Amino acid sequence: MLRFLLQRSIGLLVTMLVVSIMVFAIMELPPGDYADRYAFRKFSGTGVNVTEADIQNIRIEFGLDRPFFERYVGWIGGIVLRFDFGESFAFESSVTDVIGERQFLTLALLGATLLLTYLLAIPIAIYAAVRRQSLADYSLTVFSYLGFALPNFLLALLLLYAGVKLFDTSVGGLFSPKYADAPWSLAKTVDLLQHMIVPAIVLAWSATALQLQTVRATMLDELNKLSVTAARARGLSERRLLIKYPARLAINPVVSTIGFDANRIFSELPIVALVLSLPELGELLIRSFLDLDMYVAGAILLMLTFFIVVMNFLADVILAALDPRIKLEGG
Amino acid sequence: MADASLPQDGAATKAAESRDIRYYTASQWQLVWWRFRRHRTAMVGGWVLLIMALLGLFADFFAPYGGSTRDRNYILGAPQMVKFWDGNGVSLRPFVQGTKTERDPVTLEMIAKPDPDSRFYLQFFVRGDDYKLFGLIPSDLHLFGLEGDNKLHLFGTDGLGRDLFSRTLFATGTSLSIGVIGVLISFVLALIIGGLSGYLGGWIDYGIQRATEIVRVVPVIPLYMGLAATFPKEWSNITVYFMMTVILGMVGWPTLARRIRGHLLAQRNEDYVLAAELSGASPYRVISKHLLPSFTSYIIVDLVISFPYMLLSETALSFIGLGLRPPSMSWGILLQDAQTVSAIEQAPWLFFPAAFVVIAVLAFTILGDGLRDAADPYTVSKD
Repeated sequence: MLRFLLQRSIGLLVTMLVVSIMVFAIMELPPGDYADRYAFRKFSGTGVNVTEADIQNIRIEFGLDRPFFERYVGWIGGIVLRFDFGESFAFESSVTDVIGERQFLTLALLGATLLLTYLLAIPIAIYAAVRRQSLADYSLTVFSYLGFALPNFLLALLLLYAGVKLFDTSVGGLFSPKYADAPWSLAKTVDLLQHMIVPAIVLAWSATALQLQTVRATMLDELNKLSVTAARARGLSERRLLIKYPARLAINPVVSTIGFDANRIFSELPIVALVLSLPELGELLIRSFLDLDMYVAGAILLMLTFFIVVMNFLADVILAALDPRIKLEGG
Repeated sequence: MADASLPQDGAATKAAESRDIRYYTASQWQLVWWRFRRHRTAMVGGWVLLIMALLGLFADFFAPYGGSTRDRNYILGAPQMVKFWDGNGVSLRPFVQGTKTERDPVTLEMIAKPDPDSRFYLQFFVRGDDYKLFGLIPSDLHLFGLEGDNKLHLFGTDGLGRDLFSRTLFATGTSLSIGVIGVLISFVLALIIGGLSGYLGGWIDYGIQRATEIVRVVPVIPLYMGLAATFPKEWSNITVYFMMTVILGMVGWPTLARRIRGHLLAQRNEDYVLAAELSGASPYRVISKHLLPSFTSYIIVDLVISFPYMLLSETALSFIGLGLRPPSMSWGILLQDAQTVSAIEQAPWLFFPAAFVVIAVLAFTILGDGLRDAADPYTVSKD
């Protein structure tokens, strides 16, 4: 087990290293460099005439004249050693301040979405697989098609519209106005939980559709196995036999795809967050890309990927604990 | 009795026999087609997509107006119904009711209202806005329009008075074509990378696999956004269009590459590959003449399945303003107008393009499912 953990940890580090280089390359992609944009932001409208020499000075001040790799090391070093993600020039403060507590809200949303997905998908899919070609099974198929075809952000818009039309309330945001800037308290947490229901439903929409299919397919395979027939022959009740063999194994692929689900959810999160105006990382990511505020964008991309990699790591460990065969194969 | 039943039996066996012969002598593609034809829903999906593609391809002709033609008398107007009867009686020719603009007594805004006393008859093959079909053939023929200078808005109009039906058709063309080119680019990349990886094996395979795994960890749409955000503002719409397809293709290849590699790995140890290699065939010849044909049908399925991702990604990116830019028309760009609740409340018909997105993705998915089952006609079908 120790060797297994060590292997996976090294994999995690290598992945993060490669991803961070990729993210840094994306940060450097926009035309013109940071100095141009900084000068433009700082002096536009002030009447100061900015010369090429001034921009060159800014460039030297920020170390932009040094080669790519040196700048990368400076950037990643700051993050690892001092948790310093650089400066946001759109907000004129450090990236850490801009992000604030958004990463926790993002993680809370991810947790709520995953929980909702699994609570819905696993029991329903198992039921549908057992009652094959029943009404429940067909409605599952129809729903999984829809879950894929109707993008989450359109569903979010529809729910917003329905909220206004039918209930005369706005379902957007993560906090009621009176709690938005208030310090954390029990009442604020309850308020947050209430506001997370709609975003969680929206984000779980396609994830559930996908997991329903996966669990159902695994269940169908497992139900045909000899172990099930043998158990039935031994006189085990249908319910016990279901829990003991196929249902237990059908959960394995769900665990192994936690990282994949997190990836999907983070992929959809920014646009859903924009529509529902959720103050979390994804929404800030879109704004920073639109403003070309690349240090903020880079920090967020790195954080989201880091969360996914950690989820993958945890999934591997949980799976190894659940299913000893994986550990023995040495991953 | 026995005599009477014998010839019948014989006829039945004969019929079954000829059916068997037909089955055993059919080519693989014929079998695929027969199997596919049995999937009713997949057939429907195929037809829907064909119609959509034609509507998009000949949008200039099917759309009654140009994409930027403004109807100043009908700004943010509701969809107009084509009718065969109204309060003034029945008509065999379809018509729409005219509109008149009135000042709202409370808000003093100018609003367009239906005028129940006027009728404008629908005409087919009318002359209207000029266009160049495929940028080459100049014409001004449109499938339908209204008599005189009156205008018909099946899906209503947007905030600038542009006909939403026409714009949706143009957008369908753009969005589908981006999907096609994006899928093609990712297919070529996947074929090269997955092909090398699967055929050569060894440490090259290992390296490529680890690299793709790492790339796949980054969430896709944020990655797209990062790349699309870097487009210079001064790029023309055509450049942006092509760069969008390149980005979609660049990010979309790993899944396809993985599938192609899987197929190659499964096939490369077969005897016929060894036979070809022993007869001195080059790796290129082995891959293109022997290996690829053995799983072409699977590749087609993979391509069809990867389409919806392209469509959804393009729509999402354009929707948030990081993809194509107006005056280009795509589903995502049209949906930009419906980004807020107040906009949808005021003009729910701005949501029409969303229906096209959903229908297209749905059609691609069920078509893909049908094809997947038909791709291997030698197995017994599972549900």
